[in-house]
Amino acid sequence: MPVLGCVCLRPGLRVDDSWGPRVLWCVVSRCRSEPEGHVPPTTLPALPGVSLPHRLFYRYQDLAPQLVPLSYTSRPDVKVPYELIGSMPELKDNPFRQRIARVFSDDGDGHMTLDNFLDMFSVMSEMAPRDLKAYYAFKIYDFNDDGYICVWDLGQTVTKLTRGELSAEEVSLVCEKVLDEADGDHDGRLSLEDFQNVILRAPDFLSTFHIRI
Amino acid sequence: MSRQLKSLGEEAGSGVRQQARSGSPGTGDRSGRRPSKKRAPRAEGAAGRHGAQPGQKERVGGSPGPGSPRRKQAERRRHREELGERGRSSAERTCTERRKKDGRTSFKEQRAPSKREKEVPRKEETWKQLKKHRSPSLASSASGGESLSEEELARILEQVEDKKKLIATMRNKPWPMAKKLTELREAQEFVEKYEGALGKGKGKRLYAYRMLMAKKWVKFKRDFDNFKTQCIPWEMKIKDIESHFGSSVASYFIFLRWMYGVNLVLFGLIFGLVIIPEVLMGVPYGSIPRKTVPRAEEEKAMDFSVLWDFEGYIKYSALFYGYYNNQRTIGWLRYRLPMAYFMVGVSVFGYSLIIVIRSMASNTQGSTSEGENANFTFSFKMFTSWDYLIGNSETADNKCASITTSFKESIVDEQESNKEENIHLTRFLRVLANFLIICCLCGSGYLIYFVVKRSQEFSKMQNVSWYERNEVEIVMSLLGMFCPPLFETIAALENYHPRIGLKWQLGRIFALFLGNLYTFLLALMDDVHLKLSNEEKIKNITHWTLFNYYNSTGWNESVPRPPLHPADVPRGSCWETAVGIEFMRLTVSDMLVTYITILLGDFLRACFVRFMNYCWCWDLEAGFPSYAEFDISGNVLGLIFNQGMIWMGSFYAPGLVGINVLRLLTSMYFQCWAVMSSNVPHERVFKASRSNNFYMGLLLLVLFLSLLPVAYTIMSLPPSFDCGPFSGKNRMYDVIQETIENDFPTFLGKIFAFLANPGLIIPAILLMFLAIYYLNSVSKSLSRANAQLRKKIQALREVEKSHKSGKGRPTAGDSEDTEKHSSKDATQLQLTKEGTMPHSASQSQTADQKAQDPGVSSSASRPTLPASRHLPVSRPPGVRPDSGQSQPLTHPWRSASGKSASRPPR
Repeated sequence: MPVLGCVCLRPGLRVDDSWGPRVLWCVVSRCRSEPEGHVPPTTLPALPGVSLPHRLFYRYQDLAPQLVPLSYTSRPDVKVPYELIGSMPELKDNPFRQRIARVFSDDGDGHMTLDNFLDMFSVMSEMAPRDLKAYYAFKIYDFNDDGYICVWDLGQTVTKLTRGELSAEEVSLVCEKVLDEADGDHDGRLSLEDFQNVILRAPDFLSTFHIRI
Repeated sequence: MSRQLKSLGEEAGSGVRQQARSGSPGTGDRSGRRPSKKRAPRAEGAAGRHGAQPGQKERVGGSPGPGSPRRKQAERRRHREELGERGRSSAERTCTERRKKDGRTSFKEQRAPSKREKEVPRKEETWKQLKKHRSPSLASSASGGESLSEEELARILEQVEDKKKLIATMRNKPWPMAKKLTELREAQEFVEKYEGALGKGKGKRLYAYRMLMAKKWVKFKRDFDNFKTQCIPWEMKIKDIESHFGSSVASYFIFLRWMYGVNLVLFGLIFGLVIIPEVLMGVPYGSIPRKTVPRAEEEKAMDFSVLWDFEGYIKYSALFYGYYNNQRTIGWLRYRLPMAYFMVGVSVFGYSLIIVIRSMASNTQGSTSEGENANFTFSFKMFTSWDYLIGNSETADNKCASITTSFKESIVDEQESNKEENIHLTRFLRVLANFLIICCLCGSGYLIYFVVKRSQEFSKMQNVSWYERNEVEIVMSLLGMFCPPLFETIAALENYHPRIGLKWQLGRIFALFLGNLYTFLLALMDDVHLKLSNEEKIKNITHWTLFNYYNSTGWNESVPRPPLHPADVPRGSCWETAVGIEFMRLTVSDMLVTYITILLGDFLRACFVRFMNYCWCWDLEAGFPSYAEFDISGNVLGLIFNQGMIWMGSFYAPGLVGINVLRLLTSMYFQCWAVMSSNVPHERVFKASRSNNFYMGLLLLVLFLSLLPVAYTIMSLPPSFDCGPFSGKNRMYDVIQETIENDFPTFLGKIFAFLANPGLIIPAILLMFLAIYYLNSVSKSLSRANAQLRKKIQALREVEKSHKSGKGRPTAGDSEDTEKHSSKDATQLQLTKEGTMPHSASQSQTADQKAQDPGVSSSASRPTLPASRHLPVSRPPGVRPDSGQSQPLTHPWRSASGKSASRPPR
């Protein structure tokens, strides 16, 4: 079995380490067409030059080795449960981990297929465009999935951020202020448009909305 | 056959490409022409399937609205026919070309109209249009049928462009991965079929290599940045403190760290250029009187109590001014030590001034750029304060704490701005508080004056007690300890916002400290003048001692007398060293007082409160003693005044900076520990003002104030006659004159003399004033313009808001179903299906090219990355600059004929 990584990618692709769907697609298709990909997953990701999608795949596989097959040739319908996703070191301290998992999973229950997993880290990557990040950030902060960030969502966000250390009045004051600042059309809730308007001005949104893996 | 066809087609393509490269510079033109390369062979297959159909009749029935099923059907049919027609024409063309193949030289020649017109004039025209379909003259000259096929071609090209754009912007779409994959595959197949390999031939490898290098470079830069942040000392400690105590307490530690950096540089300067050369190359200890402990002090010179007062051996060491010899050059390097000493003394001040002013300037720059974001304080805190990179639970705890703190800070700010109060009462209280504080300041000033007067009397007396000797220092320390809390108590009357209150407090304590400092300086100055007046007398004594020693009778005249032992030579009091010792003592005692205050006032109190709370009759933690808060203003001012001492003293005691570096280092660790272990956050947590320019301003003031006495002593007091690098000179700055005269060529000396002419200096100063005035007015007008622009932006935003709220409802409904695409995307999807379907037969031909396509397309479509994004929501007007550009692309069918000119270049 030849070493995966650089070798298995086509020449034009090796340079593209950008988590873009092209690479992801290539890798996924490659993994799917791999006849017997039995490489010890622990050794591979440590190799220098192993591309990010590969590392992601092995991270995914590592989460539930008994569930996820090494070969994706037959497109198995595998989901890693939320408990395992949420216990990844990259996510376990994040107050929004449940939201993240739900937003990226297929049916909102937090269980992820490989595609969802790749999706999540491609959006959270450094290279992902600002608009895309803003869109998903909106979905993450939209706790009740109604397409708007309403006062209740804001309250949830503050509570999660401060671990409930602010009093109820303070929370409501903060929510009020946020609505006051960001609600462009004065309908008492933030639409995606409002949200983008705010978030695209934020100086450190791009640097903080980012998970390194 | 098919292979031949293909090679033909490829040659044709390469010919076209070559021509495009050499001839027309327009990129859009080139891309438009390129598809022809692949189209011929593939379209033949399509032609075989669909047969030849006249393409004209489709145009008759008026195109239905976009997106309607009827229109889609029509489009599909038209599409098929277009393919068929093109396939037919290309089939014929390839036949003729094959006939000609033997004698063919190059495709360009074939294309020459003179040859081709004879054989197949009509085909030739089609072919030309295929390449130059955009030029209006050709379009007009062509017959109706061909203009239609030209339109179809343009349409195909549009589609290809759209697909390529889709591939390029795929990353920007919020689709799930599976959908992205299918979309991408479809798009790629489409592009492959119509356009063939997008590769750039030989350049591909180089391109790939360059991309690789660019990636590596970006990664390296990122790693290097990470490394740089890791190299910042105490970053984690300060972050830790910030998360628990808020940014104002952290700002003190950041200031302390900055100060440490500055002092390290000063330390390097002084040690590297003055102390180490002297120690390595100067005459050793004990060789000359100034480097020897006098006979009278020799017994006690090693006692700790003497050393602690910086007397004895320490006084006659390289730490102080008096140790340095006035030899012009020392060692085999012929190092000009007196000159170096003087220049280092000047450059210490120069460097400090520059660094303080530079950091002030950078702070103001940072604060102006942040001014615009004041509108979204809470929103930014809410949505961007969590750092998703955090993967450590302790850091996460800290981050949560700091977010909570920052929310509280903002809430305090907000409440403060909204507060409505009895203005008269507040005013009265503020006036009262200021009155009280002025009384305090006057009282303390008088007390110091009184004590200094008394100490001058004591100094004349013999056998004074320890208290009487140190009365001034004790009184000053006590004042410094008790006045700030008193001020704080009085300031509670004023009821300012904590941040403004902190500034007032700082200003008051600054006044107090300044009074103390200048009283101290005046006393010192008196001392210096006293010593200077005695100097002449001592000089005579020394002279006569030596004279008598060498000329005394009773010694064998033939043998030269051994020189007098340096310890026995009578010498002057060396006021410079005395001043240096005073500053050294003050610094050390200041440090000790600080540490003891922390230990007693904070740590012991915290221990007492913590452990006695179990057996006490009231709640100690919540009640009276409680834990101490961190005293920001006192600490900052202590630091600033300490730095002032260092600046003043470093000229007369080069070792002072070294001691200060140690002091800052220890106090960093000690105070970090003390703050985390025994202090509680302020009751009203508040954010530090955006830039710590206030601290910097105070520091600059202190720097200026400490520059004054040093400059005075250098310029107008004569140096001691028997100690220090400038001994024997009339003034200290004479060393420069001496160097210029002896070491530089004469014309340089003349130039310097000319430059020092008052006739030149006064105009230069005037010019500077004018420049300052001009720059000041310019910056004022700029800031005014800035404010106006900001106001304009604000107004625009208001207009935008009202505009949006007017028509906001329909767009809001649109974004409810986020998975659904806007009509734009739906159209594209449609195009994809139509584009791929008729070509399933010819897929085998392109299979080999598909292999290299993804990489190729990535390289080819890279420049289009920042093109329009396809988020399925409506955008606020004017936010996307390229929304206007992508508009014509969304309706390729409607504007096909007129579009060739307006199509954006890829």
